[in-house]
Amino acid sequence: MSKFFAKLYIWVLLVVLYAPLVFIAVFSFTESKVLGSWEGFSTHLYQNLLTGQMQGNASLLAAVKNTLLIALVAAAFSTLLGTIAAIGIHNLRGRKKKVVTFLNNIPMINPDIITGVSLFLLFVFLHFSQGYVSVILAHITFCTPYVVLSVLPKLQQMNPNIYEAALDLGATPSQALWKVLVPELKPGMISGFILAFTMSLDDFAVTFFTRGTIGLDTLSTYIYTDARKGGLTPELRPLMTLIFLIILILLVIINVRQDRMNKQNANR
Amino acid sequence: MSETDKIIEIQHLSKSFGDKKVLEDINLYIRRGEFITLLGPSGCGKTTLLRMIAGFLQPDEGSLLMDGKELAGIPPHERPLNTVFQRYALFPHLDVYDNIAFGLKLKKVPEEEIEKRVRKVLKLVAMSDYEDRDVETLSGGQQQRIAIARAIVNQPKVLLLDEPLAALDLKMRKDMQIELKEMHRKLGITFIYVTHDQEEALTLSDTIVVLNEGRIQQIGTPVDIYNEPVNCFVADFIGESNILKGRMLRDRRVAFIKHEFDCVDEGFGEDVPVDVVVRPEDIYFTTDPGKCQFKAKVNTCTFKGVHYEMWVDTDTGYELMIQDYDAYPVGSEVMLYIDPDDIQVMKKERVCNTLYGTVKDEETVELLGCDFPLRSSFEAGTEVKVEIPFDAIDLMDNLDDGVIDGEVHVILYMGNHYHLTIKTEDGDSLWVDTNDIWDKGDLVGIRLVPEKGIKITKKDE
Repeated sequence: MSKFFAKLYIWVLLVVLYAPLVFIAVFSFTESKVLGSWEGFSTHLYQNLLTGQMQGNASLLAAVKNTLLIALVAAAFSTLLGTIAAIGIHNLRGRKKKVVTFLNNIPMINPDIITGVSLFLLFVFLHFSQGYVSVILAHITFCTPYVVLSVLPKLQQMNPNIYEAALDLGATPSQALWKVLVPELKPGMISGFILAFTMSLDDFAVTFFTRGTIGLDTLSTYIYTDARKGGLTPELRPLMTLIFLIILILLVIINVRQDRMNKQNANR
Repeated sequence: MSETDKIIEIQHLSKSFGDKKVLEDINLYIRRGEFITLLGPSGCGKTTLLRMIAGFLQPDEGSLLMDGKELAGIPPHERPLNTVFQRYALFPHLDVYDNIAFGLKLKKVPEEEIEKRVRKVLKLVAMSDYEDRDVETLSGGQQQRIAIARAIVNQPKVLLLDEPLAALDLKMRKDMQIELKEMHRKLGITFIYVTHDQEEALTLSDTIVVLNEGRIQQIGTPVDIYNEPVNCFVADFIGESNILKGRMLRDRRVAFIKHEFDCVDEGFGEDVPVDVVVRPEDIYFTTDPGKCQFKAKVNTCTFKGVHYEMWVDTDTGYELMIQDYDAYPVGSEVMLYIDPDDIQVMKKERVCNTLYGTVKDEETVELLGCDFPLRSSFEAGTEVKVEIPFDAIDLMDNLDDGVIDGEVHVILYMGNHYHLTIKTEDGDSLWVDTNDIWDKGDLVGIRLVPEKGIKITKKDE
């Protein structure tokens, strides 16, 4: 009996978790303007999305482009900075290492709204004009710690002598970095990149406070404004569904990679 | 020996990490083509010394010459030497061929020549046909061979080996020792080998450098080091030994275990305290009362494969270890003798603890930063030298009973008592004779026993 309840509990939990997503996905295949009324199956909304012929606000596609662009640039820079930082942290010893690791973790637990507002105030204080650049800088700020966290374990697993072995065999420090260190850290860097990319994609609070007044919209700020104007643009439904699928695929990739890495290490 | 025979010369080399001195005034030269081993317990500084030769660490003081040229300031990738690392340090993302070719490719050696040279070294380490293998699929021994191949393919003048066999099992290690020796013979280059395994050092080396606590203890051939250790540390670290307190009566005559023996050592002076080492295989059993030098009773007898190991109690109350091909029953009375040749007499490093401190008042002297209750007739503030016999220090289980805390650092059994080296928290050493059994790493409270003849004199006298 208790087994039955245990199973029931899991199923109820899963339904509650995934019902909204399923709901959106189902209603992405109907044309109704208002969410919740079924007007027969249609892939029209998907076609609109792909062709750019919107029923609603056409700037939706611009928002998607902005989101992707910002996420890609921010993730790329975060990966670079995060990897370098991780190497630095790894080479620290004792108390210093603890302090820096702790400082690295704070931005991740810190509420987004606080990060957003403080960045906003900083930009204002520095008279930094707000727009693409400020949003990208802000995203790099909160993405980098995640890259550090995914590269550090790779460094710890790595044989500490291989960098020295490269130097010993005649590599200059930069050759040793590119020919030995980077290939070793690549799996961690890719995981970090994907993580940073999804974090950036997902962000609302920080973007909202740092995008300034030039009318720059990412997906999350677009939806926020759109919803306040009354009613969501119908094309959002297929878009949400697609984003969910993409994220799902990325997550599966990360997990499979992690699995493979663990197996490899177990074999060592 | 001409200057050109020396490939590496190390002069007055010192290195500290923070407050800790890791190497102190190292002076050493290495002959071209020799197999030299840096031997010592962990933390003795041997790896630090190797890493300085490789260029991963810079010396604080002193110079490091190779072929007469200063190495300091030359980065590791420009030094004509290669290293075999302790845990192989192969590049996991490259296969066997690319691992070995790594150095040659960086030097822009033509592809055909790289191929030829890689094949040649693979043959040398008996790993032909493994070129395309992923290094992670190889066993420890195979990885070690690849690591050696990767180093020697660059034809270094000197090959550095940092405990290369430490991660292998015993059988594999023995095989690899023979192969390394063979490789050294074939290549004819200088090998600098680091190990904590004294047996390995004795097997492989032309020259052994024994290090302890950042200082060179002894340099010599394996036979010299084994037969004529210069101090208790070397005697104890290399092989099994009976280390005993003795007294040099005159030239060629020494007393220990309360008996007198002929020996071959001279020049110590008359009636001088010394340390004596007798290897367990050098104490012989006899049935001839004329040959017998002392009697003993067999206490334990253990079969060790080739020989038996016996502990005997001498008629004068000392315990000695003896190794012999024949077993003598436990409890039996035996007659023993030692050849004069086999008695190694060593100058005592110290006969008591010598500390410097300040008189606080009539009852107290400050030593090692603590106030010890010691009566003296000097005025307060006088700087004094305090000589404390080894047995005038009491070690306490309870740290609060002692004036100062310490850790048991080295234990030496001297036949009827233990000679301990105690490290205080500040890193000062104290030497203590005791009958109590302590373990290495035990924390002890330290107290002085003034009745046992502690001598206090003015510092300058």
